[in-house]
This record gives sequence, structure tokens and C-alpha cells, in this order.
Amino acid sequence: MSVAAVTPRRWKKPPLIKSAWLRWTLAIGAAVYLALVFQTTPVNWTRVWEGLPRGAAFISAFFPPDFVSRWDEIVEGIAESLWMTVISTVVGIALSIPVGIGAAKNIAPAPVYYFCRAVLAISRSFQEIILAIFFVKLFGFGPFAGLVTLSFATIGFYGKLLAEDIEDMDPAQAEAVRASGASWLQWINYGVQPQVMPRMIGLGLYRFDINFRESAVIGIVGGGGIGATLNTAFDRYEFSSAAAIIIVIILIVMLCEYGSGYLRRWVQ
Amino acid sequence: MATIPANARTWRRREPRIQLLIWLAWLLAAAVFIACFQFISEKTIWAFVSDAPQQAGDLAVRMVPPDWSYIRVLGRPIWDTINIATIGTLVAVVLAVPVAYCAARNTTPSVGVIRPLALFVIVSSRSINALIWALMLVTIIGPGVFAGIIAIALRSIGFCAKLLYEAIEEIDEGQVEAVRATGASGAQVTSYGIVPQVLPAFAGISVFRWDINIRESTVLGLVGAGGIGLELNAAITQLYWTQVSLILLVIIGTVIVSEWVSAKVRHAII
Repeated sequence: MSVAAVTPRRWKKPPLIKSAWLRWTLAIGAAVYLALVFQTTPVNWTRVWEGLPRGAAFISAFFPPDFVSRWDEIVEGIAESLWMTVISTVVGIALSIPVGIGAAKNIAPAPVYYFCRAVLAISRSFQEIILAIFFVKLFGFGPFAGLVTLSFATIGFYGKLLAEDIEDMDPAQAEAVRASGASWLQWINYGVQPQVMPRMIGLGLYRFDINFRESAVIGIVGGGGIGATLNTAFDRYEFSSAAAIIIVIILIVMLCEYGSGYLRRWVQ
Repeated sequence: MATIPANARTWRRREPRIQLLIWLAWLLAAAVFIACFQFISEKTIWAFVSDAPQQAGDLAVRMVPPDWSYIRVLGRPIWDTINIATIGTLVAVVLAVPVAYCAARNTTPSVGVIRPLALFVIVSSRSINALIWALMLVTIIGPGVFAGIIAIALRSIGFCAKLLYEAIEEIDEGQVEAVRATGASGAQVTSYGIVPQVLPAFAGISVFRWDINIRESTVLGLVGAGGIGLELNAAITQLYWTQVSLILLVIIGTVIVSEWVSAKVRHAII
């Protein structure tokens, strides 16, 4: 009886990246990059060290949160943010539907496709704050500029996801509707829309969430809403009021998140 | 020859009652929308809105052509911006792992105490925008890239941890059971039963967040936290509109490249 001489090997976990060459290139590349970053990023540790007690003082200035003295402003700011969020979500989604349909490769002709993709790319490239700076310049200070900003940002987000969803749809169903002699509008309405609707409702609620969160910051550059109230509180060094505002923001975001999660489950 | 009988029902998509409910919902939504618009309208100075097209035209004229020679100055800020996003994501991912581990229902050490705590960390990190974090951090640790990195990291923990803990909750328990049945310790169960299952999701989440962070880090400079936002702010306050347009072009370019990289990587992993 002969036993084949097998050198015993230890079992090893299979690596995430299979190609050893790629794995090592990535590892070395990452190491070189990190070394470069640490060399070119000046961190003033003494300043950081000095800042820590200041930070502690700063944080202790937040406590206890003062809900009372600026309560009226907080309510007004929150209300403004909420109105802004509602309108911008509705307007943004309404506008993103044609753009999204135009940006789906399997539906739109090439020129329309490229145009709509360009709109989406521009809208997605700029952070809401940058957009807000420009819209505040165009429309003046206040919630209207914020509203336009959020609507425009919604187009990029919602339009892109809608386009991707349409591209992923089951072509057979759309084909069947078209074969029955439906017009283009009927085709979209009965062949395409029912397929993308469930996911899109969920995403609409999610975008509502995001818009509320963003409305809390575009006030910093003049776009109205609770962000303006927060910015004023910081400018006046009323940190206890600022803390109250931040807590209110967190609570409302949590509420939105739970609410939209619940609604999404109910819809789907 | 078959004829359609006169009393044939036409096909309808929904029952009348449901159709009515849907119409009511639409009506309610429209009413809410109009009410909200009324409130906004009260706070808007329409004279400023009505001259917006003229302002836009004016601005467009001043922004064209971009000041191409300015590009030499922008190398450093864009490098800083990319670093803020990358290192920030790295720090966030490292910190998000234990938070996600504590937040996932199937791995958390205690459902009653630690899980709600981890969820609270996730929610508060997600609700406070990076810009607000940066605003506070610049006062605490001074202006510069470092404040930006920390701001991005603090903001991203929640996002990464949320997606990661959802991935952990969706793992196949059978594999974990199998590893446990071999007599593995708790740490071994984690590293051989759970980690391999969530690793692709983890890599995907990190790259996805990195892509978002590139976009977010372009504005941190507005409050002094380093990167290209500093240049943008300076150019806007000094009314150098030709420089502003160049900065915007550079931002678009960076974001498109990062989005492409992120899509490629995610495609390769998943």
C-alpha cells in the first residue's frame, strides 16, 4: 500500500482579490499614496492639542441645550425647512421624470440621451452648497433660492436612479404593451411605469429625507430654512441654542427616517 | 364574424373604489403642496426672482471664458480635496466596523443596551451634515485639511455603519453555524463565518462613500476646512468669475472621474 507523499499545506482563506499581481499593485499603490499624503498634509499638532480644551469648553457650552429663548425662531426655521423640503421634492421629482426617461438608453434616442445625461452629470457633480451659492445670487436670499437648489439637486439624484431602473426593466412587458398598438404615452404609462413604480416611491421618500437634511445646511449660505437659524446661533455664540437646533434636526431626521422606512414597507 | 356585445365592460386598471382613493390622495397632496408654496411665497421677494434670468445672463457673460492660466494654482487644492475624501473615508470605515458589529441584530453583544447606543451613533452621525461638523471642528482644532478629514470621517461613520450592519443582518446563518460547529471560538466565527460574507459589500460601501465624499469635500473649504472650496470661496468673494468657472469645471471633472472609478470597482467586486 503506498501513500502518495503529500506535503501538508495549511488551508488559507481565499483572498478578496484573486489576482496576486493586482493585489500587490493595489497594496503598494496604497502605501505610496498614504506616504505621500502624510508628507503633504501639514497637521499642526500643537494647534490641535491647544484646541482640545477649547473643544471641551465648546462642547460644554452646548449644555444644557436652550430650547426656550429662541423657540419661536426654531419653530419658524423648521417650518420653513419642511415647506422647502415638500415643494422641492415634488418639483424635483416632477422635473426628473422627463429627464430620467430621456436618460434611459433603451428608450431615448441618442441625442436626447446625451443631453439628459449631461444635465444629470451637472446636477450631481455640484454639492448642494455650491448650487445654493449661485441660486442665492440669482434669486436673492431666502427659502426660494433653497427651494430651487434642492429641486435641482433632486433632479440629478432621482433622474439618474430612474434612468438606471428603466434600463434594468423587463423589456418583454414593455414590448407586449407596444404590440397591442399603444401610443408612446400609453406605452410609458402601462409598459414602463408599473415596473419602476415601487422602487421609485421608496426613493422619493428617501429623497425627501435627504432634502430635509440638506435644507439644514443651505441656510449657511443664505438659502433659508433651519440652517439660517443655526448659522445665526453660531454667529451670536449662542451655543446652547445651537445645540437645541441640532437636537431638533436630529429628532426630525430620525422621525423622517422611521416614517419613510415604514411607508416604504407599506408601499412595497 | 364575432362582434363585441354592447354590454361588454371596458378594461380598467383598478377598481373604482381604489381609483377614488388614489384621486383623493392626489387631491390631498396637491392641497399640501399649494399650502407650502403659499408659505414660501410670503417669504420671497419676487422682484429679486423676476430679474433672475437677467442676472443669470450677466453672470454667464462674466464667467466665460474660464481663466485657464489659473489651473496651475489649483493642483494643490484638488490634491487636498481628494486626500480629505480618501483619508476621511478610511478613518470612517475603520470606525464604522465596530459600530456596525454592535448595531447588527445577530452580532450585537447586547440587544437592550449596546444596540440602541450604536443606532444612536449612526443616526446622529448621519443627521449632521459634514459642513456643520466642519464648522465646529474648525473652531476646535483650527482651520486646514485635518479638520476636513475629521469632518468627513464623522459624517461617513453613520452611512458606512448603517449599510454594513444591514449587510451583516442579511448574511447566511448556515455558514456561521457550520464554522461554529467545528469548535471555533467567537473571534474565529467572526473572521471565518461572517467577515468573508460581508467583505464584498464592505468594499462596495467604502468605494461608494468615497465617491460621495469627493463631492462633499469640495465644499468644506467654504468654512475653512481646506481643499478646493477655499479657492472657490476666495474666487467668489473677490468676484473673479473666470476663476470660478474654471474651479467648477475642475470639480465636474474630478467628480466624473471618481464616479467612474467607483462604478468600475463596484462592478468588479459585486
